[in-house]
Amino acid sequence: MRLLTHNMLACNIKGVTNGYPLRLEAEKWVEKEVDFNADFLRGAFPKIEWPALVGAVRSLGCHDLLPQDAPNPSALDSDDDFLRRFHRALLQLHVEEGALVCPETGRRFPISKGIPNMLLHEDEV
Amino acid sequence: MPRPELQAPPEIFYNDTEARKYTTSSRIIEIQAKISERALELLNIPNDGVPRLLLDIGCGSGLSGETLSENEHHWIGFDISQSMLDVALEREVEGDLLLADMGQGLGLRPGVIDGAISISAIQWLCYADKSSHEPMARLKAFFGSLYRCLTRGARAVLQLYSENMNQSEMIMKAAMRAGFAGGVVVDFPHSTKARKAYLVLTCGPSSTQTSLPKGKGEDGETCSDDDESDDDDEQTVGIYDRHRPAKRSKITKKGKGKAWVLKKKNQMRNKGYTVPPDTKYTARKRKNHF
Repeated sequence: MRLLTHNMLACNIKGVTNGYPLRLEAEKWVEKEVDFNADFLRGAFPKIEWPALVGAVRSLGCHDLLPQDAPNPSALDSDDDFLRRFHRALLQLHVEEGALVCPETGRRFPISKGIPNMLLHEDEV
Repeated sequence: MPRPELQAPPEIFYNDTEARKYTTSSRIIEIQAKISERALELLNIPNDGVPRLLLDIGCGSGLSGETLSENEHHWIGFDISQSMLDVALEREVEGDLLLADMGQGLGLRPGVIDGAISISAIQWLCYADKSSHEPMARLKAFFGSLYRCLTRGARAVLQLYSENMNQSEMIMKAAMRAGFAGGVVVDFPHSTKARKAYLVLTCGPSSTQTSLPKGKGEDGETCSDDDESDDDDEQTVGIYDRHRPAKRSKITKKGKGKAWVLKKKNQMRNKGYTVPPDTKYTARKRKNHF
């Protein structure tokens, strides 16, 4: 699972109002090469929840990959170095094993072989 | 062979053996690729070369996702069958995979996805496989969450095999209630094999922009397997419940004719049966005695 997907995922349990962001507990992660495309990054940037992305990147142990505060959107046009790092954080870091934890209920969604198990129990629907 | 939906719930029906077919059967692979290409075309993403973030609902072994990857889109795949997702891992698909039940709603943030496709999946929602399943509620949860996670103006193209009219009406009704505009596009409506129904839904209020695209091969002449790609200028609107044209009757009032009888006799002779010899009386009509 890439951090792009993690950034989009929210807890789906019935009655949960504050199910975002899911806390990432990564036990194992890998880096995979993905083609760089600046247009995609510019399109995706406004949709990204920056604090959630930074939190996820830090939980993987990459503390200085991204700045704490969301950069000005103009940095996307001018700052190539930032774009590369944004690209790496969003698309190249894959979480292989671990869990996603709902911030409100503490429910754990295990991740195995890179696939989060988001199936809900019957009483959670 | 009964429909798969009637045999077992999806997470059980798509077991290791069934999932294996999706890597070994070239026929399944080809059909899936063709449907997903058509779905992507119906998605009508602006042709500016910018990759988008798409959803593949019921992604299975990732055959449909491969089409998305080929067009350089990023995608997130949902499926309920672990076996199918294992096959997808083996195929090293590029999108992200999630083990989830679409009937429980898609757990995604609002307004972040640029489009969604689904190949032969949502008809599964019409079946209650557990006592807690309520098809209408599951459809509502699915379409509601799909509507929320799509950006305004985004499209969802859902290819489905519905068992009967009631099912497609039920699905359509649930989609409209969730706020989608759109309808059903039918490709090759007169063919039993090539006929494919796509639910094309647009997120947001209906406008002139949300008019339905046209179905393919509505006149029935382009149903063969290999010429589907080059008939763009023959597109017409497919109407879902249009009556099929009656098959041209093979038997005329006069009967099947002498040539037919001779052909049949010859066939039986080749099979080794004793057949009376062909004479001038063969296939002649009897006189009206009364």
